[in-house]
Order: sequence, then structure tokens, then C-alpha cells
Amino acid sequence: MSEAASTASQPTVERWRDERAVRNISTRPGLIYAIVAAGTLALWEGAASLTIPILLPPPGDVARAFWKGISDGSLFTHIGASYFRILLGWAIGCALAVPFAILAGRVPLVRLVLDPYIEFFRFIPPIAFITLFMIWLGLGELSKVSLIVYTAFFTTFLNTMAGAMSVEKERIRAAQCLGATRLQVFFKVIVPATIPYIVTGIRLALGLAFMTVVAAEFIAAEAGIGFLIFNSRLFAQTDNVFVGIITLGLMGFTANWLLKVILSRIAYRYDVKL
Amino acid sequence: MTSAVDLLAVGKRYEPLHAGASAYEAIEDFNLRIAEGEFFCLLGPTGCGKSTVMNMVAGFELPTSGSVLAFGKEVRGPSSERGMVFQSDIALFPWLTVEQNVAFGPNVRGLEKNEIARIVDENVELVGLHKHRWKFPRELSGGMKQRVQIARALANDATILMMDEPFAALDAQTRRRMQEELARIWSVKHRTVLFITHDIGEAITLGDRIGVMTRGPRSKLKEVVRVELPRPRLNMTPGFVDLYNSLEQTIGAESEAMLNE
Repeated sequence: MSEAASTASQPTVERWRDERAVRNISTRPGLIYAIVAAGTLALWEGAASLTIPILLPPPGDVARAFWKGISDGSLFTHIGASYFRILLGWAIGCALAVPFAILAGRVPLVRLVLDPYIEFFRFIPPIAFITLFMIWLGLGELSKVSLIVYTAFFTTFLNTMAGAMSVEKERIRAAQCLGATRLQVFFKVIVPATIPYIVTGIRLALGLAFMTVVAAEFIAAEAGIGFLIFNSRLFAQTDNVFVGIITLGLMGFTANWLLKVILSRIAYRYDVKL
Repeated sequence: MTSAVDLLAVGKRYEPLHAGASAYEAIEDFNLRIAEGEFFCLLGPTGCGKSTVMNMVAGFELPTSGSVLAFGKEVRGPSSERGMVFQSDIALFPWLTVEQNVAFGPNVRGLEKNEIARIVDENVELVGLHKHRWKFPRELSGGMKQRVQIARALANDATILMMDEPFAALDAQTRRRMQEELARIWSVKHRTVLFITHDIGEAITLGDRIGVMTRGPRSKLKEVVRVELPRPRLNMTPGFVDLYNSLEQTIGAESEAMLNE
């Protein structure tokens, strides 16, 4: 989007926070995360000592299983397979959803046509379609990625459409009074006004993509975290199940963090809370 | 003198939402002529249709009878010829800085970059926001946000400026300051202004003429008075007070009739 002309190089606008906020412990998330992690490990160790490893393996066993997966490279294969499906499907789904959703939000006829479908499909979790997708698209990557495309598309679509519908009338009128054509109103008012909703949509979609990929990999896959978990279950390798679950959490954490870093570039301008 | 705005026997009728209900005649037989360069204040009780009149001049709504002319040409939709300052600051673009908001009009009209920069400088300076030009609207006070709206409308060189209760949401002191500011800006940039307000003092401070509307439905102009007081106009001078009282009586009669209906 082309921004308005700046007449001089832009100085840093000073922004402040409360003195109490600086001293407050909640401004030091790293410290809090470390304490929570240590506490969890201690609780886990304690709980594991009360039962047998096949029900709840102690942290040490899981760490060894982790190391095994890392040293023979199999864990990275699984991570790579799952990340590939998630990120590809998510990116395609979001990219498709945004333009259609803004259009649906702004053109009543388009919305009316789509409305029955949306109201119908919104109650069906994407994983309900796994079997169909596999019958139609085969057992390979296509069906799994397509399922994630669908998941990401639907969530991003709903949020973006809500955003496009709620653009204030005054903003559109103001742009018209300033000489904006219909096309300019669309790209310079509707789209930027919808960005906070798009951000919400794609972040929710990322989370749902993680859920969907595991379910899809349970059903049919030769690699992936879902496959790792399901396969380990068959051989009663509870420690490997834990490896899968923890890896998944770390993968989600990383992906979300990366997305936040990327979005933080536009967050202030569009007043998006990350 | 050329007339900038002409409303000729204008009527606005809203069709009922449900079959069987009756239509609402908001405005009926509304006649008004605003001369070029004139500051016209439209005064009336809440719900009398002031905003409907303005929406028709702006081109957001079209009259159901009669015609609305801007410099002799029929108004068919919004245009950069007719700038607008809205009551609410949500009309600003919150993702653009002060200067980017002001540059919006010149930008969409495809002016040259240097020209845009010059226009932005001039108007940001005129409303006294040069120190805040890199801020986003949410970082400004209510009064400053309305200044941005004024600068944004002025930057477009509109021949007619419409203001829909622009200071109604401000506190009393800020409103006073803004009225003085607007009077000063208007003395620099002599534009035709259609200013809507329900504040009698504001109308007397700013207007060349004041039109009082009757209550709705079927609102029309009840009377138009010329303000003969010298500028800048001070609140408590005898002429001011007399005019205030007489206008208050006119509007009071409308409000009372509305309550008794």
C-alpha cells in the first residue's frame, strides 16, 4: 500500500509507559516462563515416581527419547513433514480467504449467496472431512494439505468478512468526500480497516492448522508428528508419545512467535494487539 | 453574488421497512440558498433533520423531491468539491498519521508529490498540528483530532465545506477554543461553509446567517436571521445576548411542541 508523502524523514515519536509497568514482573516474560517450566518439570517428576513409565514416563526417559530422535534425525523428518503441510496449507488458505472475504463483506449479494454454506459448514470441524478428502485426493500430501487449506480458509474467511462488514460508514464517506473512487475506497479504506480482523483470523487459523495436521497424520502418513504419536502408541512407547506432544507444542510456539515478529512490524499502525 | 448551494423545494421521504407501516417524511419543501463565501449555520432541535439536509448536500443521500444544487450543478453523489468534517473522530483513518490523513485527498486525486507535501505542510501548520504530524489519531486529544479533520477537508481545496456538529463531542473549554480557531481559519481561507449545530452560542459566534429548522417530521426552515455583529464575536456583548435569547425562544417553541405531541 502506498503511504502518503512524508515531507521530511520521520523522527522517532516518543512513546511512554507507566513507571509501575516497568517494575512490574509481568513485563519480564522470560523470567516467568522459566519459573513455570521448572515448576512443571518438578511436578511431572514427582507424579511419575508414583506410577509406572508406560503410564507416565519421567522427564529423564522422555529426554532420552528426544535425544534418540534428534541423533538419528527421525524427529527432524517428522517436524519437517508436519511443518511443510501446516505452513503450505495455512499460507494458501489465508491468501485465498482474504480477497474473497473482503468481497463477501462488502457485496451483499455475494454474502447472501455464501451465507447458507457458511452457516452450515461452520459447525462441522474440518477433521470430519478427512475421510472424504482422502477418498477424493488420495493418501498423499495433496489430501492433507488440502484439508489444512480448508481449515485456514474457513477461519480466516469468517474473521475477515466480519471485519469488512464493520468498516465505519463515516470512514467510507470521508474518503468519498476527499475524492476517492470506488476502487480507492476499497484499497485505501476497506482493506486497511480490515487488517486487524485479518490478523486475528490468520492467527486462529494457524492454531487450527496444527490440530488438523495431527488428525490427518493419524489416519494416513509415513512421517509427521501425528504419525510419530500414533505409531508410538501402537508400540506402547509412551515416552515417544510425549516427545511428539512436546515437539508439537514447541512447533506451535515457534510458529506463533515468528508470526508475531512478522506482524509486529504493522501492529502499531493498525492498532493490533498481539 | 453566485450561490454556492441551492436547495429547491427539497423533500426527503423514507420508505417504511415493513409493508403496512407508513413512510416517514423527514424533510418537506426545504428552500435555502447559500451564497459563495458565506458561513451558514443550520440550527435546530435534535431529530429535526439537520443531518439529513447535510447528507443531501454532501450527496450521501439523494432527495426524493426537489433538487440540491452545488454551484448550479445537481448533486448526484459525494465529490471532492464538497468537503466534510464529521461529528465523530472515527471518520479519521486511524492507520494513517496526522500528515497522511491530511494527504489522503491530494493523494487519491493524483496530485504530484511535491505539491502534496506543500499542501500538507500548509494545512497542518494552519490548524497548529505541526508538532504532532507524525502521530496517529489515537495519540491525540479530541480537539486535536477535529483539527486533523478540518485540515484534511481544507487540504482538498473544496469549494464548499460542510461541518456536522464538529465540536459537539468536545468539552466546553476546548469547544470554545475550536470555535475561535475555526473563525480564524475561515478568515484566512474564505470558503462557503454549511455548519450544523444545536448550540446557539456557537451559531452566533461563527455564522453570517443562521437558519432555524422546525421540528420533524416534515421539517423545513422556520426562519433565517442575519448576524450583524462584528467579528471576532464575544460571548456576552448586548447584541449577542439579544440574538441568543430570540433564537432560544424560536427553538424552545419547537422543542416544547415536540414534547407535547
